[in-house]
Amino acid sequence: MGGRSSLARDCLIAIVAFLVLAALPYFFPSRGFSDFIVRLAAFGIFATSLNILVGYSGMESFGHGLYFGLGCYTFALIMQRFGVPIPVAFLLTIAVSVVVALAVGAICVNLSEIYFAFLTLAFQMLLHSLIIAWTPITGGDTGLTGGIPRPAFLGIRLDDYYHLYLFSAGLLVVCLLAMHHIVQSPFGYTLRMIRDNASRAPFLGVSVFRLRLMSYVIAGAFGAVGGIIMSLFVSGAFPDFAYWTISGEAIFMIMLGGITVFLGPIVGTAIFLLLNDVVTKLTHHYGIFLGAVILLFALGFRKGVLDFIADRWRDRRQSALTAESRTGTGSAGQEAKSAAAGE
Amino acid sequence: MLKIENLSKSFGGVAATNDVSVNFPKGSLSAVIGPNGAGKTTFFNLITGAFKPDAGRILLDGEDIAGLSPPEIVRRGIGRAFQIARIFPTMTVREAILCAVQAHTRQHTVMARRFPLAETEDRAAHVMNLVGLTPKAHALSRNLSHGDQKLLDIALALVLEPRVLLLDEPTAGMGPEERWAMIDTVHRMWEQERMTLIFIEHDMSIVFKIAQRITVLSYGRVLAEGTPEEIRRHPEVIKAYLGDEFEAAHA
Repeated sequence: MGGRSSLARDCLIAIVAFLVLAALPYFFPSRGFSDFIVRLAAFGIFATSLNILVGYSGMESFGHGLYFGLGCYTFALIMQRFGVPIPVAFLLTIAVSVVVALAVGAICVNLSEIYFAFLTLAFQMLLHSLIIAWTPITGGDTGLTGGIPRPAFLGIRLDDYYHLYLFSAGLLVVCLLAMHHIVQSPFGYTLRMIRDNASRAPFLGVSVFRLRLMSYVIAGAFGAVGGIIMSLFVSGAFPDFAYWTISGEAIFMIMLGGITVFLGPIVGTAIFLLLNDVVTKLTHHYGIFLGAVILLFALGFRKGVLDFIADRWRDRRQSALTAESRTGTGSAGQEAKSAAAGE
Repeated sequence: MLKIENLSKSFGGVAATNDVSVNFPKGSLSAVIGPNGAGKTTFFNLITGAFKPDAGRILLDGEDIAGLSPPEIVRRGIGRAFQIARIFPTMTVREAILCAVQAHTRQHTVMARRFPLAETEDRAAHVMNLVGLTPKAHALSRNLSHGDQKLLDIALALVLEPRVLLLDEPTAGMGPEERWAMIDTVHRMWEQERMTLIFIEHDMSIVFKIAQRITVLSYGRVLAEGTPEEIRRHPEVIKAYLGDEFEAAHA
């Protein structure tokens, strides 16, 4: 009621999306395809969580890979060492990420843009150094190898590949649903206020620090879920997952797909992974090609794919509304407006 | 209502506000005037908590609010609009005002429900109506005219149901016609909402037409305080600020 979309509608879309994802392997039986979806789930959740910061809160974190790496390593370590049920390890991993995000966030979130960007990056590199140095626990630069145990829970057997696929697709859908709900909540709109004008918000009674910290912790927790999926996918954890390039890739993804539309980062992740898969098959000079594509987006479109489409759509709707108010169609105009707002 | 006692603030040895004491009675409409650099905006910044005073007290209904943070002061009932409209560019007028309403009702961190909260809609509609922005409810804030952006800024402050509202040059940068329309809106809103309103203004014809009381600041000090009639005849004010022509024109 009244909003752009209701939770009930979102849930319906989520269920349909999950059913479609679940059916896809029957039509595209290749392992490459299902691998793609699992990676899309891991990186898509991760990129979307970064966009809570960049797109909705105006906090350009360069170190979001901290939570991807942390999620990956924490989950793999808990599973290898303690043999607890997967849901327990999952929740413990989220808890660890929340604690770390609270500590790092408390230090970083009130810094001005460039300092925030680089301090978050510094914390990520701290984790990376820790992983490399603390060989007895983390396996150093060879990573956590030897696989992770996957005891069945609730009838889900993650050592079965289709089960892992469904589990990842399910997490993707659930996390997107949850994050969409958060950014459409009163809290999400307060984040937009802070993004738009952080110096005005306090004069309306908003504590900018508190809201930014909440946003940072939420993004960190979801970022860790991406790491958990990756750890299950590769059956371990590797230092690259905590390296700064992971953060850079997530920024590429949201730039490609768009930051003003909720699903932008997912579209960007798909484009990025496809580019990655196709280009690495064709050439070793992957970086040059990717760089050229990024330049095209940055200089050509000046925005991500979905941003571009959304702007076009908004312009059209705006001119339709203006025309309406000029002709002065009272109730008919109102109905059209409600319909446009998805009520 | 709002009583300022011996308020002082210096920036690197320059006294921007120097031992200022003023009393704004409940429900009054007061103007703060003075030449550029007189410390008018600093005075507002001190009252709203943007700056912490070096000395002095700011009593709101007897409670000293000097040194509290902006959100704490807002919650005690002092709202503020800015000289250059400070708005939320990517939000529509309606969204921005709804956001301000939910911040005011302490529901701005709610995550379990969807925006906008049904119980905030009435207040938002009331405020949009009060400042005349209802026809532009669905316009993006950044696409509004300069005058409408200032109205939106004021509307955001009004949402908080302020007991005291501070307006920093509500007519700055406007043409003559727009200017009087704005002043009419401000005056109407002051009458309807029965609040204490203090505004900074450079246009003396506006000040002398609507203000009940005028405070004149000069070099951070209170040069004079009183009714428009008293200020108009105040020798020091004429000398320092209004000029002889003004006296002749208004004699």
